[in-house]
Amino acid sequence: MGGDSAARPAPTELERLAGLTIVPHRYYGRWVAAAIILLLFAWVVKAFAEGQIAWKVVGQFLTAPAILNGLVNTVIMTACAMALGIVLGVLFAIMYMSPNPVLRGSALFYIWFFRGTPLLLQLLLWFNLALVFPRIGIPGLIEFRTIDVITPFVATLLGLGMNQGAYTAEVVRSGILSVDLGQTEAAKSIGMNRLTTLRRIILPQAMRVIIPPVGNEFISMVKLTSIASVIQYSEILRNAQTIYYANARVIELLIVAAIWYLAVVTLLQVGQFFLERFFSRGRGERRIRQKVGRNKAAGGQA
Amino acid sequence: MTMPPAPIVVAHQVTKRFGSLQALDRVSLSIAPGTVQCIIGPSGSGKSTFLRCLNQLEKIDSGAILIDGELIGYRRVGDTLRELSDAEIARQRLATGMVFQRFNLFHHMTALGNIIEGPVTVLRRPRRVAEEEAMALLARVGLSDKRDAYPIEMSGGQQQRVAIARALAMRPRIMLFDEPTSALDPELVGEVLAVMRDLARSGMTMIVVTHELGFAREVAHDVVFMDCGQIIEQGPPAQVLLSPQQARTREFISAVLS
Repeated sequence: MGGDSAARPAPTELERLAGLTIVPHRYYGRWVAAAIILLLFAWVVKAFAEGQIAWKVVGQFLTAPAILNGLVNTVIMTACAMALGIVLGVLFAIMYMSPNPVLRGSALFYIWFFRGTPLLLQLLLWFNLALVFPRIGIPGLIEFRTIDVITPFVATLLGLGMNQGAYTAEVVRSGILSVDLGQTEAAKSIGMNRLTTLRRIILPQAMRVIIPPVGNEFISMVKLTSIASVIQYSEILRNAQTIYYANARVIELLIVAAIWYLAVVTLLQVGQFFLERFFSRGRGERRIRQKVGRNKAAGGQA
Repeated sequence: MTMPPAPIVVAHQVTKRFGSLQALDRVSLSIAPGTVQCIIGPSGSGKSTFLRCLNQLEKIDSGAILIDGELIGYRRVGDTLRELSDAEIARQRLATGMVFQRFNLFHHMTALGNIIEGPVTVLRRPRRVAEEEAMALLARVGLSDKRDAYPIEMSGGQQQRVAIARALAMRPRIMLFDEPTSALDPELVGEVLAVMRDLARSGMTMIVVTHELGFAREVAHDVVFMDCGQIIEQGPPAQVLLSPQQARTREFISAVLS
């Protein structure tokens, strides 16, 4: 080496630069910020550990029958209300996009009404339906006392589901609009009718756009069910309240409820991840990235 | 002398407007079975609109179209023409296969899934049979190795060949091509034209809207030049493309070739 360099001309400034070691920049601000956050976190943990919280009570009520019963009711209500909301959402989105002015008008009215009034008010309206219609049914055929039909469960389901439907309709509509018109034309060209086109071609592709916001609303719904405690639906928060009215362990039981809400929401988030992955087949970001990579390589060669 | 076969497509005085734009102005054209009809012309001349009217992606305003002797889009009841239902129109579309400029493959399905979709959901054929036929079609367009590829994983030329296979899977009487190579990179045009040439040799009736004058000269039995929604000139390719009679045809051809 030494003999070689003696024969060559002295390295230029640029060559010397290329040989130097690179030292990364130190971001001291980040270190300070991290330290402050860790300190705050430790302080909160310490406060809760030393506060007037009987953690034993939390553990004891975490699996109490009344709490688990409330949990089951919360999960059932979330599933039923979302199912109703999604069915109504798809239905009203399709009605909204129909050329028939009556269908379109009624979809508009539905969305306008259920998005435009507070959910709590809607729940109370359903719950008190008997004040308007003491008896419901098909006249002459079958009839019930409204008060027997509209139980807290039914009132909550109708309130949450129909409210959700109004929001989901808009989400579904935006999903349908996101699918290229060429897809519809291609489906028609192989002899598909309108309904099959919607079911086989349009909706599966719209799902890619629909799922993230609906997943978001699913999570909202888990927590929204707690509002049903005002009409005596015994979901988890209401049952926790009933217990702490009796034993005065307010914070402990609220923590129990919070733990269960978080557990359910965590499960839903995992589910959403897999659903999104399924419906992005053929469009997945992984594939797009690969494709971009390939194009870049091809461009580089050209 | 034998009688010429009855035309498989008859368009009579077909007229179509988009608002104030006269897209098609009394277009009449007959196409014999087993022939390749090319339609050329500047963009906006109505050639794509005409093709879209043939498989009812557009409704015509007046005139009549018969495919295989059957009136398209309407049923004659006494002195009136009744519009057909969605289902009846879907059934009539089975006579024609369509290949689009932008391929329009179903993005959420693999190449195989795209091809069997029509046979399985529309024709109700058993899935296994449909898959066997789809594999034969994929082999025919030279893409057997792409059966599990999604559209985004294929080049434009490959996507268009799958789109041709998808249309063929429905066993149409007539294949319609709407500028099938216009969205392709120049080096991919050849592979699609090769598949179309092969299809023409097999005796398929084809109506091709194209800017590929070389393909038209080589494969077409008859060429139509359209401008402003009207047929300006019609004849065998050698005549229309090499010694056009009309000034507008001459201008267009020299503009394309230059």
